[in-house]
Amino acid sequence: MKLLVNNKETELTQGQTIAALAQQLELPAQGVAIALHNRMVPRTEWEHTVLKEGDSLVIIKAACGG
Amino acid sequence: MEKLIIAGKEFDSRLFLGTGKFNSNQVMEEAILASGTQMVTVAMKRIELENKEDDMLKHIVHPNIQLLPNTSGVRTAEEAVFAAQMAREAFGTNWLKLEIHPDPRYLLPDSTETLKATEELVKQGFVVLPYCQADPTLCKRLEEAGAATVMPLAAPIGTNKGLQTRDFLRIIIEQSNVPVVVDAGIGAPSHAAEAMEMGAAACLVNTAIAVAGNPVEMAIAFKEAVIAGRRAYEAGLGAQADNLVASASSPLTSFLNE
Repeated sequence: MKLLVNNKETELTQGQTIAALAQQLELPAQGVAIALHNRMVPRTEWEHTVLKEGDSLVIIKAACGG
Repeated sequence: MEKLIIAGKEFDSRLFLGTGKFNSNQVMEEAILASGTQMVTVAMKRIELENKEDDMLKHIVHPNIQLLPNTSGVRTAEEAVFAAQMAREAFGTNWLKLEIHPDPRYLLPDSTETLKATEELVKQGFVVLPYCQADPTLCKRLEEAGAATVMPLAAPIGTNKGLQTRDFLRIIIEQSNVPVVVDAGIGAPSHAAEAMEMGAAACLVNTAIAVAGNPVEMAIAFKEAVIAGRRAYEAGLGAQADNLVASASSPLTSFLNE
């Protein structure tokens, strides 16, 4: 299914959950957070959060800053 | 030296470091370690799906260092709360440098939104360290809202201009019941030492170290300045004379011609 990840169209090829997306994108085990439609989804819920066509996600990671 | 205590956690170092503007993550890490800091800020950005660049996080995660995620880039209290929740999830800490500066030119913090966000984030269990204007009234309000510290600016971010808000910082330090961390504008170790001599609990420094000719040496210079300033404060500075009349520190009795 097609998703919007950080405003970029992304095809989720295997699975339907956030956990599947994290695996496909090879996200690290720490240091990232994901929001679905601007609501943070805790890592513990990734496996149970089923995505649907057109869902918009934001994925963030650490950056340098003061 | 007295330990710094924030939200029940003890810190030996009173120097906080920002991680922006360093030439490389390697230099940043060396500067962090050389500074002896135990509190390091980290920002957030959207991941780039095709770009597997060096992960900065591994350069700042150390057993003695408290990560202090910031909310840089948000413009409202609502956005700050969202950013805080993302930070807590990503970095596994409820400590937060709250910064809301909608104005991209001067990056001055929005006091109304900062107070509003502090109230909400404290309710949600965050340890909130708000970056704020050097406004004594606002700082009291933030303290009443449950902020763990207040972090008034010395001068606009990144200007290296030193304690431009000196008189207001003095009032804030005098009135505050939470640690006062002087943040933004500190450009030289002497500025940090001055803030500490005034009784600031800590200084947050970024640009002055990151853009120095030798950031690692500058980190050490700041470490020493913060220690010197704090020691002087705890030792009790001698009062300044309010006139120009000198007061000798050696005996003035004549002994050559007697």
